[in-house]
Formats: sequence, structure tokens, C-alpha cells
Amino acid sequence: MSEKDMNDKVNEMLQRSEANVKKAEKSFIHPEDEEREVVAPDGSIIKVNPIYDYFSGEKPKEEKPCSGIIEKFLNWARAESIWVLGFGTGCGSIEIPPLVTPRFDMFRFGVQMRPTPRQSNAFIISGYLSVKTLKRVIRTYEQMPSPKYILALGSCTINGGMYYDSYSTINRLDKYIPVDVYIAGCMPRPEALLAGFTKLKELIKEGKGEKANEYARNFDEYKANQKKIIKDWNMPDYNW
Amino acid sequence: MKDLIEKLTEDFKISDVVYQRPDLAFVTVPKGVAISLVTELRDFEGFSHFVMMSCVDWIEEGKFQLLYLLHNPKTKTDVGVKTFIDRENAEMASAHHLWKQVWTYQRELKEAFGIDFPGSPRVDENFVVEGWTEMPHMRRDFNTKEYSQNTYFPRPGRETNDPAEYMRKKLYPNEPITAKKQDNDK
Repeated sequence: MSEKDMNDKVNEMLQRSEANVKKAEKSFIHPEDEEREVVAPDGSIIKVNPIYDYFSGEKPKEEKPCSGIIEKFLNWARAESIWVLGFGTGCGSIEIPPLVTPRFDMFRFGVQMRPTPRQSNAFIISGYLSVKTLKRVIRTYEQMPSPKYILALGSCTINGGMYYDSYSTINRLDKYIPVDVYIAGCMPRPEALLAGFTKLKELIKEGKGEKANEYARNFDEYKANQKKIIKDWNMPDYNW
Repeated sequence: MKDLIEKLTEDFKISDVVYQRPDLAFVTVPKGVAISLVTELRDFEGFSHFVMMSCVDWIEEGKFQLLYLLHNPKTKTDVGVKTFIDRENAEMASAHHLWKQVWTYQRELKEAFGIDFPGSPRVDENFVVEGWTEMPHMRRDFNTKEYSQNTYFPRPGRETNDPAEYMRKKLYPNEPITAKKQDNDK
């Protein structure tokens, strides 16, 4: 890169910095999400507010379980195919790769990893969770199709663990999103994780894997807790 | 190393020289000449590699101590340039024009300690924490435990044990505590 190019880049970044200062005084909304006017294909000018227009503003709804044997069958099917989102939040995410290897082999439990929240129904919160990551976790969790399950790994998600006095990590996960199974330990071994999956399967088969409905039922309460700590809330209330 | 520092002592009002190792020395200079000394070292003495920049909070003296650590790749020596700045309205001349990686360090220091570097690019943007509204979190008067307890719903029932005492009770429950052991504990 020539010196001129470099100088141009520096100037561009300086300008962006100034713009950011001005923006920070206003709000935390990203420039691309700000309310603005755009030209429609037919030439008319329309106002858009991306956060409310591009996403559904509706709150999540409770889904009533089917009756009797149908629900039992569905629960059996759900329990036998747990698709986990490949999202590591803390040090515990290092315990997940061994599960895929032949030694622990989670596929024999019907568990597999998926790359996108749209295809997964289980979310492993692996270890300490900072507020910054919690924001991404909420956004991802809400995009998963229900019924969805959360496994909280490690003592950090239970009571803060060794980071209980940290300014940036949360203490109790169940105040922000509903948790199905807690796996205690610091860190839990892959065997403990498999035990957690087995427990989750039992819960689902008993018809107790209804935490997505619980989230919908207590949506306002969860949202209030989330917004209490995520000060730069610049996303829709429900990210579906 | 000694020759170099002796040569620069008068011009840059160097005080408190510490020769840590044959290839590592720390010097303290007044706030006003710190950046000039760093520039001199970079341009004329061959300390072209910027290793890191950090800050120490001397809360009892009301000062922040900034450290610029530089490396000379030819002679394989390091020099740390230290300077003290006031804790109230902390502000320091920016060194972003010397190395581009200084931007990031200064942005970090702005967020963590609240030290302002006027003119440094993107210095006001978030670095690690997002939307932080409290006092800068690495200052020593910020009580992180209290903040955590007030903010993050601590789960009741958490116990803390003294590790030495707890292990003695668990491993050697019948062994009497001798006078020597008690002294050691103190």
C-alpha cells in the first residue's frame, strides 16, 4: 500500500471517528439501522425504520402441546434428534470438540452440531457469559425454532463461578433465558456433557422440555432483566 | 544501553533509571517530553518496534503511570519509557502518528482508565465492553464486586472457605493444630 493510500485511509478513519462521536451522543443505533427515507422502485419516497420494519415486532406466542399419544410421539422424536448450535461462549466450548470425536461420539445419542440457529434446537451456553456475548446469545436464541432447549455448562452459568465478582460477566443465566439443564463443574468433562444430554432427553420424553413456552409466557420479565444490563440495546425486542 | 541512557539523560530530564537486565532498562521522564523521547528513540536510536503500552493506577498518589515499551531489533534491547500523569481529568499527548497499533492501545486505555488522548483516531469507540455507563472499570476505586452484586442477581447460598483451613479439615480431620502451624498461618 502506497503512502498516499495509507493517508487516505487514515483520513477516512478519522472522519468515521468524528461521525461516531456525534452518533454516540444520540443513541447506540447503528447507521444502517437508523430511521431514514428511501426511494421505492416506483419512484415514491418512503420512510423506513429498519429495526421495526425489517423484523417482526410481535411477541413470541405460546404453543400448546398436542394431546396424548401424538405429543408423546413428537417428544420421542424430538429427544432422539438434538441438533446443537455451534456457538461457544466461554472456556467450556473447548469441551465440545472432543464430543464429536470417536472417543465420546455424541452422534450415538442423536446429537449433532449445526452451523445456524435456524437448523438447531439446542443451545449450549458453555461457561462464563459476558454481557457482550449475552446480547448475541439472546439474538441467536430467539432465532431458533421452538421447541428449543438450553444446556448451561459450568459453574459460571449457575452462580457466576470464579467470575462471580466480575463487572462484565453475568451470575445467573436463568434470569435472562430459560435453562433446561444445568451441568455443574469447572470445567465439566465431556462425560458430564453426555450425562446432561441424557438428562435433557429424559426431560423431553416426560414432556418437560417446554422452556420456549416459558420464555414466551414470561417474555416481559426476561426482556426487562436483559435490558437492565444490556445498555446499548440496538436491536428489535424479539429477533425473529 | 548505559551509554545511550546517559547520552539522553540531560536532554530529556530522565530520572529513576532501572537496569532490569543487560538488555532491558526503564526510564522515567516528565509528561511533556515522553512522546519526544519515544520519537527520538524510534527515529535515531533504532527502537523501531513498539511492543506495548500500559497503565498503572497509583491511586494513593493521585497519578496514572503510563509505560511505552520499545524494542530495538538490531541490538535486541528494550527500553521502557515511564511517565506520570494526573488522575483527575487524565489526559496525555497521543502517539498515534508514530505507530498505527498505538491507536488500539490508546482506545483501550480510554475505555479502561478514562485517559483521554485527543486526536487519536477512533479513541471514543467501544473497545471491550459495550455501552458502559459507569466509571472506567479498571480504575482501582471502581468496586467490581459491589457492581456485580447490584447488577447481576447473585444466587444466594454461595460459600467461601479459606483454602488452607478447609483442606486441613478435609484431609487431616484428627490431626491437632500445632503451635508452629498456627504461626505459619499468621
